[in-house]
Amino acid sequence: MSMEIAIPQPVERENYLNKEYGVWSWLLTTDHKRIALLYLISITFFFFIGGFFALLIRLELLTPAGDLVQADTYNKLFSMHGIVMVFFFLVPSIPAVLGNFLVPMMIGAKDLAFPRINLLSWYLYIIGGVMMVHCMLTGGVDTGWTFYAPFSTNFSNTKVVEAGLAVFVAGFSSILTGLNFVVTIHRMRAPGMTWSRLPLFIWAHYATSIIQLLGTPVLAITLTLVVAERALHLGIFDPKLGGDPVLFQHLFWFYSHPAVYIMILPAMGVITEIIACFSRKRIFGYSFVAFSSIAIAVFGFLVWAHHMFVAGTSVYAALVFSLLSYAVAVPSAIKVFNWTATLYKGSIHYDAPMLYAFGFLGLFTIGGLTGLFLAALGIDVHVTDTYFVVAHFHYIMVGGAVMGYLGGMHFWWPKISGRLYPEGWARLAALIVFIGFNLTFFPQFLLGYMGMPRRYYDYSHMPEFQVLNVLSTAGATVLGVGYLLPMVYFLWSMRYGKPASDNPWNAAGLEWMTTSPPPTFNFDEEPVVTWEAYNYEELDAPSHAQEVPVAG
Amino acid sequence: MRRRSPLPDSTLVGLHHEEEHHPELLHHFANAEQQRDSSSLGMWVFLATEVMFFGGLFCAYLIYRRWYFPDFAAASKSINMALGATNTAVLICSSLTVVLAVWAAQTARRTLLILSLIATMLLGVVFLGIKGIEYRDKFVEHHVPGASFSFENEPVPGHPGQFANPRHAEIFFSLYFVMTGLHALHMIIGLGIFAWLLYAAWKGRFTPEYHTPIEIGGLYWHFVDLIWIYLFPLLYLIDRHP
Repeated sequence: MSMEIAIPQPVERENYLNKEYGVWSWLLTTDHKRIALLYLISITFFFFIGGFFALLIRLELLTPAGDLVQADTYNKLFSMHGIVMVFFFLVPSIPAVLGNFLVPMMIGAKDLAFPRINLLSWYLYIIGGVMMVHCMLTGGVDTGWTFYAPFSTNFSNTKVVEAGLAVFVAGFSSILTGLNFVVTIHRMRAPGMTWSRLPLFIWAHYATSIIQLLGTPVLAITLTLVVAERALHLGIFDPKLGGDPVLFQHLFWFYSHPAVYIMILPAMGVITEIIACFSRKRIFGYSFVAFSSIAIAVFGFLVWAHHMFVAGTSVYAALVFSLLSYAVAVPSAIKVFNWTATLYKGSIHYDAPMLYAFGFLGLFTIGGLTGLFLAALGIDVHVTDTYFVVAHFHYIMVGGAVMGYLGGMHFWWPKISGRLYPEGWARLAALIVFIGFNLTFFPQFLLGYMGMPRRYYDYSHMPEFQVLNVLSTAGATVLGVGYLLPMVYFLWSMRYGKPASDNPWNAAGLEWMTTSPPPTFNFDEEPVVTWEAYNYEELDAPSHAQEVPVAG
Repeated sequence: MRRRSPLPDSTLVGLHHEEEHHPELLHHFANAEQQRDSSSLGMWVFLATEVMFFGGLFCAYLIYRRWYFPDFAAASKSINMALGATNTAVLICSSLTVVLAVWAAQTARRTLLILSLIATMLLGVVFLGIKGIEYRDKFVEHHVPGASFSFENEPVPGHPGQFANPRHAEIFFSLYFVMTGLHALHMIIGLGIFAWLLYAAWKGRFTPEYHTPIEIGGLYWHFVDLIWIYLFPLLYLIDRHP
């Protein structure tokens, strides 16, 4: 088809991308790297669906009157935005894409412990996703992503059952990913890869997997009860029958608060890798960073009722949950301080992944500190269900988790695709995302503190809120551009990007010691680890110009 | 938690040497021991998720039982304790046959292995049959939650002249059906797993060196039995007096 004369090229080394071709070589693959790419495509699809709903929400709020959509439609928009973004993008984002790709490589294994279960988890995700898309196309759901009873069980006239089942199925995909990671990290480490030599990305994923394993089943049973209650009128959450809707909230938040840590912990793992690499230093306080991940996973299970301070929980329960919520800040702060200490006197490089890491540091800190405002009983009562809460969790989920995800995608893109992305465009995109994000969500803190409630489509009785809402909508547009850019240049680089060397960042870690892209079984020879993680001083030492030798 | 192999280590060492040729060793494991440990750990981790899955229900049960104890006691009295006790015995026997199956696999007794698997499945079917009879009784008595539910004028045990609140009894029956229903679903899945194990045992795939599926399938079966060991007293034996 092409008129160009093909320039003879050196024969490309066999790797996981060019080993086999054809649809079935992808749809039936058990290679963790290919499954990671299947996930990448699917979650990108849902990210843009969720983003489309966000765009409509922001457009509606551009003016005080409810003029773009009907009230019912608006309820569906924010519900489906939440469900899609939480269950179909954020929860699987870093674990299922970067984790799937990197966990076996970082520990020196050929694959995850259960490759077929890994593929099954992707199919479950797709089945859940198809159910969700069908639900959205045939009427949608309007309960909010929280499915609160008794609205979801008795009153809503939308497709609650189908949405609930979709989330249920997607939840099992998340459980299977976590199960695979835990077993893999326990049993598949290469010789010499002791627990204290693991990259902190692995520790973060281990902690995440614990939450996925112990939290998600509770969500599953809760949604089962909602579906059964709606279909059969059981009465477990129905006050008319003696049931208690607050029990629903307890069960729901028992998963859904730790779910926030499912989103943020893997991002913390990514940021740790990036900061060590672009500061050219061993991470400061390795064991503190490692154990703070576990501490976050454990404490994360003990704070759920801080979502329910105005739902009729007792004062004593509220005090305890408030105190425990403050306790989560300790391991989070340990991480931020250790990252900062790693930067101190580091040889800092401002490449695109590092820009995302800097963005993460600032935004996560703001998100975390405003979380403390919300853990304080007095302020929480004042700002519950306002835009203050919306701004807070977007700083964590978007400013934290998505920045981590994008940073990680840039950092490991040369390994994944074997190509370099255009660095200038990537830095520009990182800057646009950072500016767009703050422009979108910082005004929402102010709006919430002034009293604008969340989930309202019409604020015409308070027209003075418009200026900040216009700023927020403008920011969302900028943010949208910032998200589209990487997708464009990643796709572009797959064909036109410069071929990447095996270790373009001169980074530590086993994944950089194999080829880019890696062979199907990751390593030509089983690696034997004789060094500590993040041995950047060693890597950069003048005597160490050649490749790190593989011992054994 | 890890099950120690009853075999002398030399057997495993022998497998290491032949690992290139052993048909059951998957490519990404270094050796058979790693493969077995991974499968076993995987099942234990899965069972931990199952604990949390049922845990939500047990939590709801505890709360409502505390709130509506007399109504729960009255409702509990209406379910057939004899059938429930029989089923408990049936499941305990099935756990014994599972243990026999694992032992038969470890010691290369193929006939015993097949017979034990068949016995386990038969006991599982008996359990489900008895459960079906119980469900039918509840259906006939209008004790299934929903529009036709009726629990009028049922006395509270030990409190003459006091009657249970039908709405609260309905919550008991909701929990009863969801908990035993999910348990029965797990039994059905267990039967599916054991049907596959039986097929593989028939084909002679299990040897003393490789019988991990029997072990982890057995773990699953024991776990489902264990759930029932908790369900039986909690649902059938509330405030029973001779």
